[in-house]
Amino acid sequence: MTIAATPNPGAPTAPPARPTRRPRSGGVTAGQGRAGWLFVSPGVILLVLFLVAPILLALWVSVTDWSGRGSPLSGDVGFVGADNYAQILTEDGLVKRDFFTSLRNTGYYVLLVVPAQTILALFLATVLNQRLLRARGFFRTAFYFPSVTSSVAISLVFLFMFSGSGAINDLLGYVGVQGPTWFGDSRGLLHLLGSAVNLWSISDPPQALTGTTVLGLTGWEWLSGPSVAMSAIIMLVVWTTTGTFMLMFLAALQDVPVEVEEAALVDGANRWQRFTNVTVPHIRPTLLLVVTLGLIGTWQVFDQIFITTQGGPAKTTLSPAFLSYFYALENGQWGVGTAMAFILFAIIILFTLLQRLVFRDRDAARQRRRERQRRQGVAS
Amino acid sequence: MKMTRGSAALTALTALTLAAAACGGDSFDSGTTDGDASGSAAGDTTGVALTVLIASSGDAETAAVTEAATAWAEETGNTVDVQPAQDIQQQLAQGFAGGNAPDLFYVEAGRFADYAQAGNLYPYAEQLTDNDDFYESLRTTFTYDGEQYCAPKDFSTLALQINNTAWEAAGLTDDDVPTTWDELATVAEALTTGEQVGLAVAPTRDRLGAFLVQAGGYWVNEDATEATADSAENVEALTYVQSLLAAGSAAYPADLDAGWGGEAFGTGRAAMAMEGNWIRGAMTNDYPDVDYQVVEFPEGPGGPGTLLFTQCWGISADSENQAAAVSLVDYLTTPEQQLANAEAFGVMPSRESVEADYIEAFPDDAPFIAGGEYGRGPVTAPGIEAVMVDLDAQLEQLGSGDPAQILQSFDSNASGIVGQ
Repeated sequence: MTIAATPNPGAPTAPPARPTRRPRSGGVTAGQGRAGWLFVSPGVILLVLFLVAPILLALWVSVTDWSGRGSPLSGDVGFVGADNYAQILTEDGLVKRDFFTSLRNTGYYVLLVVPAQTILALFLATVLNQRLLRARGFFRTAFYFPSVTSSVAISLVFLFMFSGSGAINDLLGYVGVQGPTWFGDSRGLLHLLGSAVNLWSISDPPQALTGTTVLGLTGWEWLSGPSVAMSAIIMLVVWTTTGTFMLMFLAALQDVPVEVEEAALVDGANRWQRFTNVTVPHIRPTLLLVVTLGLIGTWQVFDQIFITTQGGPAKTTLSPAFLSYFYALENGQWGVGTAMAFILFAIIILFTLLQRLVFRDRDAARQRRRERQRRQGVAS
Repeated sequence: MKMTRGSAALTALTALTLAAAACGGDSFDSGTTDGDASGSAAGDTTGVALTVLIASSGDAETAAVTEAATAWAEETGNTVDVQPAQDIQQQLAQGFAGGNAPDLFYVEAGRFADYAQAGNLYPYAEQLTDNDDFYESLRTTFTYDGEQYCAPKDFSTLALQINNTAWEAAGLTDDDVPTTWDELATVAEALTTGEQVGLAVAPTRDRLGAFLVQAGGYWVNEDATEATADSAENVEALTYVQSLLAAGSAAYPADLDAGWGGEAFGTGRAAMAMEGNWIRGAMTNDYPDVDYQVVEFPEGPGGPGTLLFTQCWGISADSENQAAAVSLVDYLTTPEQQLANAEAFGVMPSRESVEADYIEAFPDDAPFIAGGEYGRGPVTAPGIEAVMVDLDAQLEQLGSGDPAQILQSFDSNASGIVGQ
């Protein structure tokens, strides 16, 4: 196949030969290290002052009983070890239940938002990348527009659109559907779906599920799916973030060499085959970037929830980020709030690593492994 | 070689961080060590500059407070700077952490205990002129660990609003104004038509709590030392609300396309609402054509009951001008000033001695101020907010939920917090 004949730009090329390092002392390069630090120092100082120091301070607060009075570093603040973390993760109580409720909500949210925004962005980018499309500039601006608008403004508009007597329900009314009071509806989608197919009834949930409690919530509660209110937020977020990712895909798509596609065309590949076998492998790094950014962004969801529902109805839109804010600023438990933030941090890292593992370039990895084996074979 | 350079950079980073943190620590500490929260007030009473942070409801309140504070400043030879807050909780949190909180500020009843426990408030109530004149329930609200900390600024209560047009259309007369739960259920049913429900009631502790008081119970006991939600009285109260909801004669504002009870009442989707005196402004501004009256809540099996909402004048424990701040609070809570505030931005005086004058000036508000005698204030305890929010989340499900289970869950959540 012609495709195989062309060098795959995604595959790693041999690393450039490392220039042999000169001895540091003496010669014209003597002051270079110091000068280098001098030049980066404004950036480093800003980073330390506004990024590293606050993070370390927050980490310290998460292992203390700081009450928000005076400096967290003063002598009056008690060190409580992992107590705050234990309260969130292991001790049965309200804090643990709140936190795992927020994880459940956000889990469903991530599960729906990340694939939806990635696929939609890729689709829009592919459409815009067609050379025959007229008024491409107009569509590009139109699709990107939601992303540059303030999330606060958009959330407010959605609040009106999705109200009980709002535009969305009016539209649904035309097709004979009576819409819910979106942001006030705490029913879970999976619960609704299950009762629609007679799997269970919401008013009388199966005993097997309500009886078992895992991590502070019953099986029935875990299986609720995103609530109707959360699904409105999901639509909001997909609509706003798709534009940015579309732009990234568009940039990647424009880098796909025309010759490769033409070669595939000559080989008789149809449109779908060209897309899956030529285009997608070419934009794999961008795909990885988009999914990574998507995962990180969605786990941290805060402002849309802060503006629209504040965690309600019935806590079905609580997110860990909002809960962390709530416990620190409104409940006066700064240690618990910051501990939640660090647990969220760990979760995000975990998911990102997992996702890299899933997305890794298997061909390239295999090739590298083979090369390593060959080299070892030569050495022995 | 590379390793050492990397670790050198790391060391430099750490050192810088520590230095920055240490600097921060020092400047924070200097603010917090003085101003101990006991004994007589610190600082001069004249020639000082006070900063006041208020969570203002609007221009009218800002202007009234500024005017009063300026008058005090001129009288006593001080200067005062009144700032309306953007987000008072966040601004206060920053102030407390940095040791530079404003001298005087509004404290929401729900946040009071958190601030008091953290030592952010200067307890000055004993120095006030005629402190006992404040309604007892308001003084209890601002009492932490047996000590009243601050002066209640003013207060609001809930009462029953009735749409007169709907009332007459349903064939009801003045004699039918409900005085018992049964009568309330009857009129609510009579007022329920296709487009309109009898009563709009929001499923939150700030409304349903009134029924608990009427039944003779409440979330906590009188001294707020114990969570006592799981009682026969409270179950009866929530079951009563459930029966109104089930009969269709009461509904949540959200189901009436309204953000709150007052909106449902104003648009005519509900013929009765249970809101506080703040509904007056909303009705005047947004629904001036609605003809309505305000009456006291009907009595439940446990007698009359309503809920109180209030704020107090907090003085920072770190303030160097506590003596001047106490003098300003005294000035701002005089009977004359409280009447002037009532006039300016529609709040009710927190002093009992002003009640007669207030009713004379605002006869329509008599049902609201009557609640000062028998109403219960919000539950205050450090860290209670999460429990109350959880309670609200469960009350939202009251229509299909089990009252006893909701009340038990409140008790178990609050057990480690209330009275500690």
